[in-house]
Amino acid sequence: MSLDFATPMFLIERNKERCFNCQICIRQCANEAHKWDSKKGQVYSIDANCVNCHRCVLMCPTRALSVKKFPWEFRYNANWTPEAIRQVYLQAESGGVLLTGMGNDRPYPVYWDHMLLNASQVTNPSIDPLREPMELKTYLGRKPDVLKIKKGKILEEMPPQLELDVPIMFAAMSFGAISLNAHKSLAAAAKKMGTYWNTGEGGLHADLVEYGSNTIVQVASGRFGVNREYLNVGAAIEIKIGQGAKPGIGGHLPGEKVGEEISKTRMIPQGTDALSPAPHHDIYSIEDLRQLIFSLKEATEYTKPVFVKIAAVHNVAAIASGIVRAGADAVVIDGFRGGTGAAPLRTRDSVGIPIEFALAAVDTRLREEGIRNKASIVIGGTIRNSADVVKAIALGADAVYIGTAALLALGCHICQKCYTGKCNWGIATQNPQLTKRLNPEIGQERLTNLLKAWAHEIEELMGGMGINALESLRGNRLMLRGIGLNDRELNILGIKAAGE
Amino acid sequence: MTVLIDAKGLHFEELNQRIRKTLQSGAEKIIIDNVNGQRYIGAGIKGTQTLIINGIPGNDMAAYMDGLELVVYGNGQDAIGNTMNKGKIIIHGNAGDTLGYAMRGGQIYVKGNVGYRVGIHMKGYQDQIPVVVVGGKAGDFFAEYMAGGIQILLGLNLKAGERIVGDFCGTGMHGGVIYLRGRVEEHQVGREVKIVDVEAGDLEIIAKHVKNYAQYFNIDFQQVMAKPFVKLIPYNKRPYGNLYTSY
Repeated sequence: MSLDFATPMFLIERNKERCFNCQICIRQCANEAHKWDSKKGQVYSIDANCVNCHRCVLMCPTRALSVKKFPWEFRYNANWTPEAIRQVYLQAESGGVLLTGMGNDRPYPVYWDHMLLNASQVTNPSIDPLREPMELKTYLGRKPDVLKIKKGKILEEMPPQLELDVPIMFAAMSFGAISLNAHKSLAAAAKKMGTYWNTGEGGLHADLVEYGSNTIVQVASGRFGVNREYLNVGAAIEIKIGQGAKPGIGGHLPGEKVGEEISKTRMIPQGTDALSPAPHHDIYSIEDLRQLIFSLKEATEYTKPVFVKIAAVHNVAAIASGIVRAGADAVVIDGFRGGTGAAPLRTRDSVGIPIEFALAAVDTRLREEGIRNKASIVIGGTIRNSADVVKAIALGADAVYIGTAALLALGCHICQKCYTGKCNWGIATQNPQLTKRLNPEIGQERLTNLLKAWAHEIEELMGGMGINALESLRGNRLMLRGIGLNDRELNILGIKAAGE
Repeated sequence: MTVLIDAKGLHFEELNQRIRKTLQSGAEKIIIDNVNGQRYIGAGIKGTQTLIINGIPGNDMAAYMDGLELVVYGNGQDAIGNTMNKGKIIIHGNAGDTLGYAMRGGQIYVKGNVGYRVGIHMKGYQDQIPVVVVGGKAGDFFAEYMAGGIQILLGLNLKAGERIVGDFCGTGMHGGVIYLRGRVEEHQVGREVKIVDVEAGDLEIIAKHVKNYAQYFNIDFQQVMAKPFVKLIPYNKRPYGNLYTSY
């Protein structure tokens, strides 16, 4: 075996005066970064095993622990950053594809932070949401071209719609990528807040069938857990073509994660790799996509909206147009900062485009083609706060998905090691010793708190603009101004510059 | 109770609605005449009834189907039995691409040949063992990503020089078993696939399904069994376990 050239990523510092060798850190760390030295009768740390998830730091009763970036000894080099060097070392050692988790962490521009919202001054009054009614209700689904109304009643039958009390849903994260307790937290919070959670492509656990009316069931290329009951128990069906973290590639749930519960839920044997290939084998064109959409509609007798989720890629506007024409009730676009349980590093960090551009391009294109009413637009891929939600809706989204933000609410510290199955927060793991750390009741409460807080902030921001219904903000790009953007970027976003 | 439906000129949405209603009203058997490309026949239906389909049903026949028996007097098109859970399909003709895609249970018997990517990502789960039996040959990417179940190619009536299966057979295979009545070259199969001899237990399984095939299509069972079979299995159920390095 050759010498491992890679230095540790993190340095664990233990304050010897505070540490009384209680060994809680040892029990809390699934990565085995803390060990017991029985000869010396004291705890010691192995820096190389630390992923900086903060579990030990927060659980230490005397606050004796802190984790820092390992002091790199490399001579400064703007091209050969410590990360770049480390990656070469790791691959020279192993010959493997570099695997990572969560979303793109590179310093690409975040365009939400280059857009500013408007507010009313003098010429039209702002609205105080504490005293005046505000409407956040959203309906997702195909809307008819014209509405015929007679005596206050809509004459034709409306296509199936999802009713959302807040325009925020929980993004697709499979049972396998995350734990059952995480799914339970998401499902219960969605139900409580009048919104939806998404199973991801790993099926719906039997315990969660009761949340069906707040569940979006996903169908991906692996078809895991997909049967007649699954399709009919959900409120909507989402066909997953791609995801923002890894556009153009599929997923592998490693066999060691496929235990009894996952085996039952995915309906595959225990211990086998759950391979989700990049393409659906029956989709090679928009016409083929239409075939799948209508097979799902037929199987559910046209009672459920069918969403199609794609990653934000270069030709996203044309692809979205095709998806709408294929009969989808909603187009879901996932930006290149979107999270994942596992993705090859190169794909995560180098493939796809920012969601802000993709959303603006799709909304513009569908309007230009006169088909914007035929499908809702849902976006995801780093919605970090309520202002991002408001900006997304002003750019043209009907609703947003949050994934990473929801996991943060459950305790995630974005250590990016989801794929190891050793999540010390009980989220991205199937180890029963770890999953029990996430209490679904508390998880539900934290998620509910987050959505309540965001909903109120959205109302405040809308009220400030003099808008009392989300419907009036949707696609209202006059409420946005760009800052620090060039003409081309402003043009794609379809917004004016600050001061114009 | 047997009910007759004339599919002539009907859009798939109307035809399938009539099929569902007829089944709900207690029909045990429906004979559907003049079927001409209507998609999704039997899709998403749970039950134990029989549909006799005269003509050529369209794509995605029996998608997500759960228990019905479908007998097609004609050729089938693409994606027959897509993600099917249970039931039986008998096709008195040829069938197209991606037959049995992600199929989890039930049986499909095709008298003639099938197209590309047949039996792709077929699964098995607990006591559900999906079975595909094809009388003739299959195209490229047969049993790609196969994860479970049994697929049998009989290679009957092959012309001189014709191969029983195309290229890239079993690429990405990580479960299940393929039986071929005939020869396959190493270069035709995916690198995840091992070609082995059949054993007594295998012959029992093959005989069981060939017997059904022979009975459905009135073919001599002994004659089919007289020719040797080979067996294709995956090297392991985790073909990509060592692909990655933790960053």
